[in-house]
Order: sequence, then C-alpha cells, then structure tokens
Amino acid sequence: MPLNRRAFIGTAAAAGAALAAPMVRAQGRPRVVVVGGGAGGATVARYLARDSEGAVEVTLVEPSRSYYTCFFSNLYIGGFREIDSLAHSYGTLASDYGINVIHDWAVGVDRDARTVTLAGGAVLPYDRLVLSPGIDFVDGAVPGWDVSAQNAMPHAYKGGSQTELLKAQIEAMPEGGTFAMVAPPNPFRCPPGPYERISMVAHLLSRINPTAKILVADPKENFSKQGLFEEGWERHYAGMITRIGPDFGGADVEVNPAEMTVTIDGVVENVDVCNVIPAMKAGRIADIAGVTEGNWAPVNAFDLSSRIDETIHVLGDSAAQGDMPKSGFAANSQAKVCSNAILGALTGSTVFPARFTNTCWSLISTDDGVKVGAAYEATEEKIASTDSFISQTGESDDLRAATYRESIGWYDGITTDMFG
Amino acid sequence: MIRRLLPAAVLAACLAPSAGAEVGGDPDRGQELYVYCSGCHQVGRGAENGIGPHLNNIFDRGAAALDGFRYSDDLQRAARNGLIWDYDNLDAYIENPQILVSGTRMSFDGFEDQQDRDDVIAYLRRYSADPSNIPEAAPTARALDHGVAPEVLAIVGDPAYGEFLASECTSCHQASGTDSGIPSITNWPVDTFVIAMHAYKNGRRTHQVMNMMAGRLSDEEIAALAAYFATIE
Ligand SMILES: Cc1cc2nc3c(=O)[nH]c(=O)nc-3n(C[C@H](O)[C@H](O)[C@H](O)COP(=O)(O)OP(=O)(O)OC[C@H]3O[C@@H](n4cnc5c(N)ncnc54)[C@H](O)[C@@H]3O)c2cc1C
Ligand code: HEC
Ligand code: HEC
Repeated sequence: MPLNRRAFIGTAAAAGAALAAPMVRAQGRPRVVVVGGGAGGATVARYLARDSEGAVEVTLVEPSRSYYTCFFSNLYIGGFREIDSLAHSYGTLASDYGINVIHDWAVGVDRDARTVTLAGGAVLPYDRLVLSPGIDFVDGAVPGWDVSAQNAMPHAYKGGSQTELLKAQIEAMPEGGTFAMVAPPNPFRCPPGPYERISMVAHLLSRINPTAKILVADPKENFSKQGLFEEGWERHYAGMITRIGPDFGGADVEVNPAEMTVTIDGVVENVDVCNVIPAMKAGRIADIAGVTEGNWAPVNAFDLSSRIDETIHVLGDSAAQGDMPKSGFAANSQAKVCSNAILGALTGSTVFPARFTNTCWSLISTDDGVKVGAAYEATEEKIASTDSFISQTGESDDLRAATYRESIGWYDGITTDMFG
Repeated sequence: MIRRLLPAAVLAACLAPSAGAEVGGDPDRGQELYVYCSGCHQVGRGAENGIGPHLNNIFDRGAAALDGFRYSDDLQRAARNGLIWDYDNLDAYIENPQILVSGTRMSFDGFEDQQDRDDVIAYLRRYSADPSNIPEAAPTARALDHGVAPEVLAIVGDPAYGEFLASECTSCHQASGTDSGIPSITNWPVDTFVIAMHAYKNGRRTHQVMNMMAGRLSDEEIAALAAYFATIE
C-alpha cells in the first residue's frame, strides 16, 4: 500500500460503536462474507480489506481459481486477445490484502442466524453479507434449449470455457455456413454485448470464411449503440449480417440442438453454429437467500443494501437498482459505494455521498472502437441517471482508434482495481 | 482509507441520504395532467398519430421526425436547425409552444406551473428508452449542484474524501501510474492537475468521458482529488 496511512482503527471502531451503535458483534472483528469473486465481489472485497486496514475480516467465496472476464471475451472471438489474457487469479487479494479466499460454492443462507453454508459443508457467520453472483438463465426462455444443450448451442455469456467453445465452433464452420444468434430480451448483462459479439464474429469470418452468413433473431425493437453498430456492419461487413427484429418474428424463436435448426416465426433454418443467449435472472444464490422479487434483487441506491434484508448487499448484475446497465464497470462502481457504506456501519468511518459511473466500450472492427457512458446518483427511489454520452456516427478513424486504445487501458485499470 | 471521526450530529448530517439528484416530477400526477394532451396525443403501447403525433420515444427524438405525420413548416424548420426533444426543450415547448416554434400547429395554452411541466414530462419519460437497457438514453433525473453541507465541506480537504472520489477514477486511471491506453494522473503538481480538470469541466478540453467526469465535480472535490493523486507513488 503506497499511501502512508494513519491508523485510526482502534479508536474508530470503539468510538464508532458508541456513536452510531453499529453492530460490532460479540467479540472479535466484524465479519463480511462476499459471495462471488467477479466484477462486483472482487472489488468490494478488495476495498473493504484495503480501507479497513484489517479492522474487518473479509472472506471471499468463489468456486473458480481463475476468473475469466466476460468483458473483452468478444475480442478473443475476434482474434484481438488471447484467452489467457482474460484470466485473473485471487492470489494478490489473499496475500497482499489479507482476504480469506475460499474456493467453493455458497449453497445456503440462513438470514436469522446470519450464516452462509458452502457446498463443502463449512458454515460462515457474517455481520454483513455481500452477494455478487452475476447471472443465471431463465428456464424455458428459448423453447428447445436448456443448460444441458450448452455444448451444442453455447451461450458464451459466462466467461471461460463457453467462450472458447463458441470460437472453436465458428472456426470449424463449413465454407459459406451460417452462424445464428438468439439475442436476449431486456434486461440482460452488457446491453451492447450481443452486438459487439456479432461484430467480432463477422470480423473473424470475414478473414477465414468470407462467404459465411450471420443471422440474428432479436426480440427487442432497439438496442444500445444501434446506429453505431449498424453503420459499422455496413461499412466493414456489408451483406453478411441479417438481423430479424420482433416485427418479423425475432421474438418467436425455437431451437433444436440435436438437428442444429433454428425456427424463426415458423420458418426452419439449418445453421452451423447457434449462439443462444437466453433471458437472464439474478444468480441463484440470491434466490436461495430470499432477497429477490421476480428475477432480480431490489436494492437501496445509497448503499446497495437489499430492500428485503438490510444486512445483505447485492451488487452488479443480480441487483435491481434502477438506471444502471448490468456491466462490469457498473458492478465495480457499485462495489466502492457499498464498501464505503459497510465500513461506515461496521466501524463508524465516514460515509460519503454515493456516486456512480459507467462506460462500455465496444469494438466493431480493427481500430474501430465506440463507447457509451453515463453518470448516476442515488435517490430514494433508485440509482438515477443524470448525464450520458455516446460516440457519434461518422467519427474519424483517428478518434475511433483512440477510443479502442482507451478501452485497453480501461481493461487493465478495472482488472487491477478488482484483483490488486 | 483514513477514517476520521466526526461528532455524532455531523455524522448524522452526512449519513442522511444526501440529495445528489432529484427525480424531477411525479409521473403519477403527470398521468392525470396528461388529459390536457391526450385529446391530441396518444402515448403507450400501440399509440398512433392523431391530431398531434404520438409521443412514444419522444426523449432524444428529433423534432418533426415521425414519417406519416404532417408537421407545420415551422416545426420542420426548427428540426432542420437541430431541435431535439431533450428535457429543457420539452419543458419550454410545454410551457408555451411558441417559445420554440412561432408558427407551430400545436394550439395549446401551455402549463405555466413548473411542477405541472415536470410531472407531465416524468410521465412521458416512462414511454421513452430505459437507461438500464439503453445506457445512452436521456437521463431520468437532474443532478443537483453538489451543494455540499458545510459540515461535509469541512472534510473535503481530507485525503479520505479525495480517496473515496478517486475510486471512481481508478477504474480507468491506474493507481500505480501505469499507462496502457489511459494517461497516468499520479504525482502531478496539484496546480497542473486542477487546471486540467477545470478545462474538462468547462469544455475547453473536449473528451466525452472526462467532460462528464469533471462536469459533476465541485471545485472542492477537484482540489481533494488533486491532493490525493499528488500523494500516491
Ligand atoms: C460477452 C460479454 C461482454 C461484456 N463486455 C463488457 C464490457 O465491455 N464492459 C463491461 O463493463 N461489462 C461487460 N460485460 C458484463 C460484465 O461481464 C458483467 O456485467 C459483470 O461481470 C457483472 O459482475 P458481477 O459481479 O455481477 O458478476 P460476475 O462478474 O459474473 O461474477 C460473479 C461470480 O460469482 C460466482 N458465483 C456465482 N454463484 C456463486 C455461488 N453460489 N457461490 C460462490 N460464487 C458464486 C461466479 O463464479 C462468478 O465468478 C460483458 C459481458 C459479456 C457476457
Ligand atoms: C390541440 C391539440 C394539442 C394539444 C392539446 C397538445 N398538442 Fe402537442 N402537438 C399538437 C400538434 C398538432 C403538434 C405538431 C406541431 C407542429 O407540427 O407544429 C404537436 C407537437 C407536439 C410535440 C412535438 C412532437 C414532434 O414529433 O416533434 C410535443 C413534444 C408535444 N406536442 C407535446 C404535447 C404535450 C406534452 C401536450 C400536453 C401538455 C400537448 N402536446 C398538447 C397538438 C396538440
Ligand atoms: C471511463 C474512463 C475514465 C475515468 C473513469 C476517468 N478518466 Fe480521466 N481520462 C480518461 C481518458 C481516456 C483520458 C484522456 C483524455 C484526453 O485525451 O483528453 C483522461 C484524461 C484525464 C486527465 C488528463 C491527463 C493528461 O495527460 O492530459 C486527468 C487529469 C484525468 N483524466 C483525471 C481523472 C479523474 C480525477 C478522474 C476521476 C474523477 C478520472 N479522470 C476518471 C479516462 C477516464
């Protein structure tokens, strides 16, 4: 830790208890358990450990030893990144930040006893629990598809092996074959994600299989950065991509993984690769903890605490917080506000006004990067957007190349912010 | 983070949900007021043009942009000059349509009361793109000036506040000072840092991300950030 910190911990914790009567339970340090070591979970664990300087015991529960980012996974498909460059380990969080990293699944939450049960049998008590488990898929969202079909028809919407499988399938397509995508309905993680993926698949195919076709069935009328993507597809991949929106049956889709067919509005298409991105919901552990309403977990905007149980905080994709999109940037931004609020409650440290930002870059083709971003503030009702920007159509090649370079800088920035 | 204890009263003051933004109007009241518009304008699922154009997706729509509605020449001229329906333009048009378009065909007396306009605009906002799905969509709230309470201002020079604010920057600018596509901002002379941030804030330097980031920072917050980033090695 480069900063020369003054140590206020002892007095802060003690006086804090007298002041605002926060819940320093029984003996020992207050305990925070974080479930999920992704964009939200890794960040909140790191900030809690860093800023409390040991005054709070932080445990991070995450089954994987390596976290493969979803962000930039499309660039791997396009050939702009190696898969290894997307992998991050939890070593520094354990060694330099003193976080107790446990590689296991959380399978139960007892809210009365305030404990989390792990698949391996361990029971972890908490004063505060943070859930950042990302997404799961809604059962039956795409007729004909369920998770058991994910090898024949990958979603590649969680990082790692699914992404590699999808790329391998694209590379093995017959000449002039068809790649199909079943795009998800709102809300889903990374609003520009499916369309960046289409761009990167087109980029790959235009080099190895230029007569191949891309077919997208989409239940949504509009999508983020639509004008920018459509301009880019026309410019770089003219004639390759067909998107069928809801007016032409894009919401009426069925797949058959055994036959490799997609039926759109009653018309059966034979396809060579089918990327099914089903409707999404909060990671299952949020359901198990009983903090969801419908598909997502509603939270307060000021501290990301659950509206159902104030000792549980929900970050990132799983949270229903208002205007922020489900993105890694957003999860990382929420994590810092959440950490500040939890430390305030547990140790009496100062809580600063919540503020959030998001920026999502997308790569359309070589050196053709675009971005969209917004600023947000907390209100009683929700996290509300107060400002936004987006790249413009017709921008110069130089600006687009600079935007792409920024995105590379951001990737390094956010992964350092998550994993130290 | 360096934590400093504040007297209980002060603590309570800054822990109280600070009004960083206001969600403008009340959409439910706006729905009631919409009876003044609904004779001419449909909105919502399946809305079609009537005496006036339908108002779905009106936010960020260019003026006079719907095919199949015959707009007045004057509104079309305003559209050619770049009139876009953002919050302020809607507000002005509903206050008195002739403020923006002298010869508009919308014969409507206008809502004099700001609250009425805010409420009706909040109601219309429901039928435009949702920012959680389309992040570039028009904002749903107005940021208030960070009219920070005096007690909070007293802690603004505190590096702890600088550090909290800086956590927004380190998603992009690495605390280690490494530059892999986004410039390093560590160990700058405080003045240089402050000048650069003000240039983004007042638009003398243009960059979409940094204009937005700096635009929401007060002078004190910029000073706290400059102090913080000057100290990390
Ligand atoms: C193709 C694609 C491209 C994207 N591009 C971008 C981009 O450019 N920019 C951007 O900002 N975002 C992007 N995203 C979105 C981003 O990846 C997610 O929004 C972000 O990862 C959400 O963070 P999270 O913490 O909510 O979940 P995740 O990062 O998914 O982390 C959840 C973690 O929880 C673990 N977990 C789940 N259940 C349990 C359990 N029961 N017990 C223990 N651990 C559990 C999982 O193993 C996982 O590691 C993209 C996503 C995709 C799919
Ligand atoms: C008497 C009918 C009438 C009433 C009442 C009326 N309008 Fe209009 N409005 C119109 C017409 C006609 C136009 C097209 C104006 C033109 O072409 O100059 C219009 C245009 C508009 C536009 C611009 C649309 C575009 O596509 O550029 C907006 C926004 C609007 N009205 C909002 C409202 C709201 C909000 C109310 C209620 C507070 C309202 N109007 C009440 C008739 C009406
Ligand atoms: C989303 C990514 C992102 C975030 C978040 C961000 N910046 Fe930046 N910043 C950039 C980029 C990209 C540039 C280069 C801009 C340019 O070319 O003018 C930049 C430039 C700067 C510069 C000028 C650097 C120079 O060499 O001229 C300063 C100072 C700065 N940022 C400070 C900040 C501060 C302080 C914050 C937090 C409040 C912040 N930035 C948040 C991306 C970001």
